Amino acid sequence: MSASHNHPAPAPLGGPLWTPATQILAALVAIAGVILLVRFLFGLGAVTNINDGYTWGIWVVYDVVIGSAFACGGYSVALLVYIFNKGEYHPMVRPALLASLFGYTLAGAGVIFDLGRYWNFWHIFWPGYAQVNSVMFEVAVCITAYIIVMWIEFSPAFLEKFGMKDVKKKLNKLLFIIIALGTLLPSMHQSSLGSLLVVFGYQVHPLWQSLMLPLLYLMTALTIGFAIVIFEACLSSSGFRRPLEMHLLGKLSKVMLGMLIAYLVVRFADLAVRGALVSMFEHGIEAFMFWIETALFVAPLVILSNAKSRKHPAKLFIAASCLMLAGFLLRINSFLVGYETGPGWHYFPSVSEIMVSIGMIALEILGYIVLVRYLPIMSGNSEAAAVAANK
Amino acid sequence: MSISRRDFLKGALAGGAMLATAAPAEARENKTMPEEALGLLYDSTLCIGCKACVSACKEVNDMPPEFSTEEQLWDTPLDISGKTLNVIKVYQDGNSETKDSEKDGFAYMKVSCLHCVDPSCVSACPVSAMTKDPVTGIVGYDKDACIGCRYCVAACPFGVPRFQYDKALPQISKCQLCRHRIGEGKYAACAEVCPTGATLYGKVKDLHAEAKRRIALKPGEETQFQRGNLNTHDQSPHTARAAKYLPQIYGDKEVGGTQMLKLSAVPFEKLGMPKLPERSYAATSETMQHTLYGGLIAPLAFLGVLTFVAKRNVKHDDDADDEKK
Repeated sequence: MSASHNHPAPAPLGGPLWTPATQILAALVAIAGVILLVRFLFGLGAVTNINDGYTWGIWVVYDVVIGSAFACGGYSVALLVYIFNKGEYHPMVRPALLASLFGYTLAGAGVIFDLGRYWNFWHIFWPGYAQVNSVMFEVAVCITAYIIVMWIEFSPAFLEKFGMKDVKKKLNKLLFIIIALGTLLPSMHQSSLGSLLVVFGYQVHPLWQSLMLPLLYLMTALTIGFAIVIFEACLSSSGFRRPLEMHLLGKLSKVMLGMLIAYLVVRFADLAVRGALVSMFEHGIEAFMFWIETALFVAPLVILSNAKSRKHPAKLFIAASCLMLAGFLLRINSFLVGYETGPGWHYFPSVSEIMVSIGMIALEILGYIVLVRYLPIMSGNSEAAAVAANK
Repeated sequence: MSISRRDFLKGALAGGAMLATAAPAEARENKTMPEEALGLLYDSTLCIGCKACVSACKEVNDMPPEFSTEEQLWDTPLDISGKTLNVIKVYQDGNSETKDSEKDGFAYMKVSCLHCVDPSCVSACPVSAMTKDPVTGIVGYDKDACIGCRYCVAACPFGVPRFQYDKALPQISKCQLCRHRIGEGKYAACAEVCPTGATLYGKVKDLHAEAKRRIALKPGEETQFQRGNLNTHDQSPHTARAAKYLPQIYGDKEVGGTQMLKLSAVPFEKLGMPKLPERSYAATSETMQHTLYGGLIAPLAFLGVLTFVAKRNVKHDDDADDEKK
């Protein structure tokens, strides 16, 4: 992917790698490593609270289902730039793609921790074992393919670094195919992550069990993708002391607003058609959590519908954060809160379970910091880069 | 550059292509039971709660004991688990005096795999570790294929497949109707040891006829209840008075039918058997998947549109890059 439209070319930020921030992140990664060692020696029950009533805990629901949705920045921006031909967002492609690359690669690797019989994982890709009617099969194959596609999509950044101009030129000629795949594959598996729940039938509360789940998951993944780009832009601008590209973020938030309206229309139309609207007024944790989830979708809608707020970095940041939380809750609610297999089963993640998820996030941020300092990713802004380097 | 309305519409078209080409494929109907399907008939009214079936199941499946009392003297499982494939649970109400009475009574229920005709676990399993035998209809598990994702555990409407959370090299555990004993000319151990015929083994079609016969009996009427294997009559029958059966065979219609049929005098929901629709969840899920991905038509069409659009837009990208150099 090359810079264009008169944007400055991406350049390494430089700067120190071993800082208090990276040290804390490294420590969190190490803690997760120790917990995982215990898991592999003594079984999943030794460190997690999962049980036969809630056999999927946060290592599935957060690390994979939510983690991959939070890694949709690259997908959303690529769709905007290359499919909807909005070249002005081009400077956002590489940073967004890098975050996606990390998010997805770790989500993919994280699956191994949760698989009971992980040494057989390759069966899912093997004719004879692979079971194509399984939603899980679609999700696994599609996510794996996307991870590979993203590494290729991202490789120009490495090729630039190592001065392999010829390879890069050849790759650039074929990049459109990779980009097309890079927008097709997430559309498939982000929707399928919702489809996973359909076979659970009555065990998923009517507020979430629906044949519209694939569409709802896809729409929120895309919207979260934009939200995460704004979120990361705000964080990295303050972290790396770079100016915020407000003109782009403001416009992006308008796209987000449109998607948000569309989502809420589909969500409530689906509830109405299924006659599930009444479930909102039941007593219980499900209805309560539904209201919080809905409030978190509506709050950014209110914020972003004001043109002035869209130009206000703090408000944009709040709207993006609300949206991420909303997407987070939609997934937590449909997979855990609204999932009920019978009386007597309870689940809340254990401390060690949470520490592993935190370790994964830490690894992601750590990798991101190292790579943007080392590789040409951030749209070049010599002044800011110089400030960062001098620090 | 500015984006023209035309470009935007083309992009929107690409998005629409996926949905447009995903026109409803033919619905995947519930699967049907094999002609010679094997199963069990569990009659709650005949069960005396002796748990001989629990013990025999442990033995023939080589499963370890499980303790629920402080003194770990003998196997006392409270539920099926990674160590237990079959338990008898008890329902109690009020003073628990009358057997098979919903009020002030008690009743038993066998908890083990129901061997669905159209199982969610088989549909969910990504690696064919859960399979349905085309002849016997037994839902079997192959640990050597299994990746331990536990989608089957989460999906089963009866909460049957269980996982071994306490092992470094775990497996899924579930009743496989003693299929490993069929070759030895034997049948399900739970039915073999049942003293009253509460658990009866046989071909599902014959078990079904027997269930219907029992429902038609007059409450209190003395009759013979077959024990062991209904098809081979390997054991002498048990004579008893018919209970006041509910006019329902559980497993006849639930999620497209199961090969374990159940009779009771107390409503099944009270005994932990959920009320379920006739359409199997596997059929619903697979219809949806086939609609979206059948023959990969929709994804390929969508990819075609995306490739076309991306090629145009990326080329533009390259030109700009070259101009700068």
